Amino acid sequence: MGPQGDSEVSEVSVVPGGLEADHRLETVIATLLRSGVLLATAVVFLGAAVYVLRHGGERPHYAEFHSEPTDLRSVSGILTDLSGLSGRGIIQFGLLVLIATPVLRVAASLLAFALKRDWLYTLLTLIVLILLLYSIFQGLPGLP
Amino acid sequence: MTLLVWLGSLAAGFLGALTGLGGGVVIVPMLSLVFGVDIRYAIGASLVSVIGTSSGAAAAYVKEGFTNLRIGMFLEIATTLGALVGAAVATRLPADAIAVIFGVVLLFSAYISSRPHKTPLGPEGGSRLAARLRLAGSYPGAHGQAGYQVRGVPGGFGLMFVAGALSGLLGIGSGAMKVLAMDQVMRIPFKVSTTTSNFMIGVTAAASAGVYLNRGYVDPGLAMPVMLGVLPGALLGSRLLAGARTRVLRTIFAVVVVFLAVEMIYNGATGRF
Repeated sequence: MGPQGDSEVSEVSVVPGGLEADHRLETVIATLLRSGVLLATAVVFLGAAVYVLRHGGERPHYAEFHSEPTDLRSVSGILTDLSGLSGRGIIQFGLLVLIATPVLRVAASLLAFALKRDWLYTLLTLIVLILLLYSIFQGLPGLP
Repeated sequence: MTLLVWLGSLAAGFLGALTGLGGGVVIVPMLSLVFGVDIRYAIGASLVSVIGTSSGAAAAYVKEGFTNLRIGMFLEIATTLGALVGAAVATRLPADAIAVIFGVVLLFSAYISSRPHKTPLGPEGGSRLAARLRLAGSYPGAHGQAGYQVRGVPGGFGLMFVAGALSGLLGIGSGAMKVLAMDQVMRIPFKVSTTTSNFMIGVTAAASAGVYLNRGYVDPGLAMPVMLGVLPGALLGSRLLAGARTRVLRTIFAVVVVFLAVEMIYNGATGRF
């Protein structure tokens, strides 16, 4: 083994998992976050255009809380509205993409830690992912 | 109204980025005090925009190598748990109570972000628990990579839970609280603390945003102008922050923050929400 190979081995052994792998994960995460935000913004913008064209003149009533209709409150409902191409449905889908962006980031980290056989952090990341999925997919039934 | 909310959100994102307190700190009082929006709608819209600004900024910081992914991942357990609890509490508390808590937290956040930073630990003095979790790291300093150790893990973890709960309850990023935990308690270098905090804000806000969405507090007609305003505003603010003369702006904003906080407390205490 040449001197180059030696230095590579010693660098990898300093940090478990390797600095290079960490750096690659950082690049993946950065790309993921940026594209998620850009996509969400584009979708919301599109929905806004449709929404303003149809409802621009109306005055909404937010002073009192009356809860959103059921179809705008769950993942499956939003997807149904999206296929109907309503302005509010498209916007809500864009917001869902935005909420999903950090969740995807956590999922990518989970995969990266598992590939590095860093089981402690695979477990810790899995806990975070489960909490997030619970929050987003919690059904309405059973909740007051 | 949509256009006015958009303009207000643009300003809020701009000011939030300048001070590092985040857009939510201005969005929620603006929507509830000026536009008379129910505070829970305001919080729902604010949370969504917080995810946007945090994720956008995190993408840049992660690439620069300041963010400590391990510390972030570990502490996110505390913040997401807290966020779920905070969001659940918010749906049960009266709006007036939320407003008063908001004002108090706002004052406290402004106070802690004006305090001097603790000296980081450097390459020695980490705790055993931090070593087991391999939280130590390094970041690009003035003279190449600088290593640092971590301590105060249980205290930091506990504070992170509180930060998450406040984020879920009030619709803010709780950046000041997160930095307090990392900078003051865990003795992590300031630049690492702020960027890792920002990195965690997106996940924390996503956890509570899910709860708000499912309970019907995210309105597309309101969240749309807020999100489309805060994002470019924050981008502009962080550009300006990289330049000079931020001292004057920060002082002006500190006054604005105190004013908003007092308004929230007064209106909440007199039952106007």
